[in-house]
Amino acid sequence: MAATRQRKEQAIQMLFFLFAAFSIVLLALILIFLFREGLPIFKTVTPIDFIFGKFWYPTYEPPEYGIWPLIVGSLVVTFIASAIAVPLGVLSAVYISEIAPASIKEILKSVIELIAGIPSVVLGFFGMVILAPWMQETFDLPTGLNIMNASLVLALMAVPTISSISEDALYAVPNEFKEASYALGATKYETIVKVIIPAALSGISTAVILGMARAIGETMVVLMVAGGAAAIPESLFDSVRPMPASIAAEMGEAPFRSGHYHALFATGIVLFFLTLAFNLLADYISNRFKEVGSATL
Amino acid sequence: MVTTANNIIFELKQVNFFYGSTQALTDISMDFEKNRVTALIGPSGCGKSTLLRLLNRMNDLIDGTRVEGEILFEGRNIYNADNDPVEIRRRIGMVFQKPNPFPKSIFNNITYGPRLTGTRNRADLELLVEQSLKQAVLWDEVKDILNKSAMTLSGGQQQRLCIARALAMKPDVLLMDEPTSALDPISTAKIEDLIEELKKNYTIIIVTHNMQQAARVSEMTGFFYLGRLIEYALTTDIFTNPQVKQTEDYITGRFG
Ligand SMILES: Nc1ncnc2c1ncn2[C@@H]1O[C@H](COP(=O)(O)OP(=O)(O)OP(=O)(O)O)[C@@H](O)[C@H]1O
Ligand SMILES: [Mg+2]
Repeated sequence: MAATRQRKEQAIQMLFFLFAAFSIVLLALILIFLFREGLPIFKTVTPIDFIFGKFWYPTYEPPEYGIWPLIVGSLVVTFIASAIAVPLGVLSAVYISEIAPASIKEILKSVIELIAGIPSVVLGFFGMVILAPWMQETFDLPTGLNIMNASLVLALMAVPTISSISEDALYAVPNEFKEASYALGATKYETIVKVIIPAALSGISTAVILGMARAIGETMVVLMVAGGAAAIPESLFDSVRPMPASIAAEMGEAPFRSGHYHALFATGIVLFFLTLAFNLLADYISNRFKEVGSATL
Repeated sequence: MVTTANNIIFELKQVNFFYGSTQALTDISMDFEKNRVTALIGPSGCGKSTLLRLLNRMNDLIDGTRVEGEILFEGRNIYNADNDPVEIRRRIGMVFQKPNPFPKSIFNNITYGPRLTGTRNRADLELLVEQSLKQAVLWDEVKDILNKSAMTLSGGQQQRLCIARALAMKPDVLLMDEPTSALDPISTAKIEDLIEELKKNYTIIIVTHNMQQAARVSEMTGFFYLGRLIEYALTTDIFTNPQVKQTEDYITGRFG
């Protein structure tokens, strides 16, 4: 009896292990491929010149493979998008979980889920056809496809991520903390600011960073509305060419295993490390707050 | 029991209480005296916590609740529309059944309430922390770790911290909902000693399932059953000479 049960346990364990191992191996293979195709570019340029080089002219003769303008483009749109999306996402989460009456809560939650469900190409289309002409006219710009436009659309994309993860974190704050606060004569507002948000901070930080990671890796939107200029921007209304846009736009025309091809894969490697850094940061922050014994996800 | 009116701090007149459509308290009329310990006893679900939470309007936080009758605190109905529940809760402190310190440092736990009311001066706050912790017999154990998270304390220490936190508001009344139910005998004894000490300056209303505890710490005891106040009298009378059969059955453990 006991022996068969044990064997069954082992079989189940094995099965789960296989599934887990399969996905890890698959990911590892993708990574190996990324590095195999990207690293050869460093025979032509040094990593420093590649990352900090100011000129991205991969099709010139001789070509220049400096992706600094692309990195700046990615970072600029990500940070401006975050500056817009973080307050919006976090505050809407606070409103939904702590303040809104039940009926409004349901409506808001569905609206946010709806936004989360919009394909990014549709958002990009919105940026192109509505936001861009409006910006161009209102601010009298040469083009409406620029940093501001891309940041706004990316912010719209990041809000649902930030809001829904923050909301979960806020819900996870034990009711006892709230009752303790009210019993000491705190108002609702004081309770939210001084007890609920601090207790959910680890989850909220995770939400923020995952939202940013989402924005930095997003391709379609920046391809459509960032304007595509591979130059270091000087104003918020300049066009940029974030890394994912560059890869998506150029991969089709880069000859197989040419310098340009390897350079695009190497750009992918940089993007990979950036996103990884965001995820590690999210992990670190959520663990750090957890040790204090506060409520977390 | 003869009391003069100015000795009474809480006066309940025909109070009914509803959670949605279920009635949790029926026709409760009772007085609580100033600077005394009153114990509320009764089987689980009889409405003791509900009554306690009515006294500082904590039930307001639950959707769909309704109060009927009058609850007078120092002669004023606390459920009058012009009475701010926040103001009431500052004067009527509460200690919960489960220790619920904030995930903040010990120091910040104690100063949470006073800061809300505008005490900002560091020296004042430090003094208040020391006083409150000494009152709650916790000072010696934590005086060197005031900046550590309150979550690292033991359950009994956490509960005394919660008492200290309530005391830091200098309330007139302290409501305690089974404050020792999660604690070991030593912590329990410490908290009972503390109640003994506190009743000189505070009015204490305590819910307890522990008959010995009610007998030890309180002067008045109310026995509740199914949302009704069955018997309310001097603790010595309740425990030596109960007038109602249900009370007798309950305190002698023959209930059922
Ligand atoms: N939030 C709530 N919503 C609906 N009903 C509730 C709520 N809280 C308590 N009740 C009901 O009210 C009645 C009284 O509950 P209460 O918590 O006051 O009992 P109690 O005497 O404190 O019991 P215990 O000794 O187990 O703590 C119970 O029947 C309970 O089911
Ligand atoms: Mg109770």
